[in-house]
Amino acid sequence: MVARIFGFAAVAACLAMPVFAAVALSDAAGSYTISPAGSSIRFSVGKAGGGGLAGAFARFKGSIRIDSSNVGRSQVNITIFPESVGTGQRRVDAFLRSDAVFDAANSPEIQFRSTSVKRTGDTSALVTGRLTARGKTFPEKFTAELAGLKAGTIRFHVTGKVLRSRYGMDVGTPIYSNVVDFDMTLTGRRR
Amino acid sequence: MPALITNSTTRYGWAAIVLHWLIAAIFIGQFALGFVMMRVSSQRTAFELIQLHKSFGFLLLGLVILRIAWRLGNTVPALPRSVGRFERRVAPLVHFALYAFQLALPLSGWALVSVSMLEIPSVPFNLFVMPDLPLAESDSAESFWTSAHWYLAYAGIGLVALHFAAALRHHFWLKDAVLTRMITPSSDHNAE
Ligand code: HEM
Ligand code: HEM
Repeated sequence: MVARIFGFAAVAACLAMPVFAAVALSDAAGSYTISPAGSSIRFSVGKAGGGGLAGAFARFKGSIRIDSSNVGRSQVNITIFPESVGTGQRRVDAFLRSDAVFDAANSPEIQFRSTSVKRTGDTSALVTGRLTARGKTFPEKFTAELAGLKAGTIRFHVTGKVLRSRYGMDVGTPIYSNVVDFDMTLTGRRR
Repeated sequence: MPALITNSTTRYGWAAIVLHWLIAAIFIGQFALGFVMMRVSSQRTAFELIQLHKSFGFLLLGLVILRIAWRLGNTVPALPRSVGRFERRVAPLVHFALYAFQLALPLSGWALVSVSMLEIPSVPFNLFVMPDLPLAESDSAESFWTSAHWYLAYAGIGLVALHFAAALRHHFWLKDAVLTRMITPSSDHNAE
């Protein structure tokens, strides 16, 4: 499969880039389940004076569906369990889980449901969707970059910025930035 | 009038008086705030109160440095003659100790946030980033400075209570000028 894609790529590069992409993506079409092994959801929040607070969610689930005829009809759904947040500092983790931030006891899930997927390049797309956290829903955008594709497995590198104040998580601003930088690697296995 | 800014041999001037009461209010407020912020149930409120406690702590440190500089460059009014031998000896010691606590409390607080592994920046009143003291971070250093800060806070407020009681005793019991001369310099309470 890899050989085939890269074989095409070599040829396609001589022709036109969209051709390559079309080939790669139609190859990729299908439904995938996000596999926690091989995936990570990391975040960081800048702080006054430099540096920042970085962490990751250990537990999440989701699916990716790539439409064969129309990439724009592709879909991404992710559910994160904020209880699983980890920063390497127990006190910070407890703070993040508490009602100061995620209120994980009352809002055990953070959900992202894509509403549109727009191709922005050969291997990249802009994913728009609705993010729900602590009972509040807002549209958010993430950039997805195809990072790997081989027999039944697809991998994306996804980045985006979210303003935490909108979700009732503005505690600590402006000492800690309102902007949360997400950096995710999502590996899907074909269903 | 300008003469009333500085101290004379018999009375405190406005500068010493204003600094005394401003610092007294912040010091006692800091104790109350410190006590409350460690006991509120909301972690969000606790976080915000701790930042406020740090802000006022730095403000206090600045005012205390100013106060000590002013005190060193000024005449110290003699105690009224009515003050007894024992108090004549003890009052300066208590005042010296109060100065020490006014410095040690903000410094130990600053030390404890500087060595904390949580690395929460200090941004007094959200105005500027206060650098940390150059001390090595570790959980053990944090618990050391936290208990130092705790003991200093409780010992300091105990001494303030004594100081407060002494001031009330002078005013209501001995009916001398010890308290009033810390309120206004205008009537030159002499050292009779
Ligand atoms: C006059 C100045 C100050 C006073 C009277 C004061 C007093 C107190 C008191 C009473 C507590 C609560 C202790 C307890 O009951 O558990 C406390 C805690 C604390 N203070 Fe201060 N403080 C002062 C200045 C500062 C400064 C300048 C800082 C930092 C820049 C600071 C940082 C803290 C912190 C972080 C705690 C929480 C300690 C913990 O986690 O247990 N304080 N302080
Ligand atoms: C609670 C109410 C307070 C009252 C009623 C009070 C009253 C007084 C009075 C009457 C004096 C003048 C003594 C004299 O005539 O020689 C004085 C001096 C002083 N007070 Fe207070 N005080 C209070 C709180 C505080 C606090 C919280 C602090 C610091 C933590 C403090 C620190 C001092 C110091 C250092 C002096 C000596 C000033 C000097 O001569 O340099 N006081 N206070």
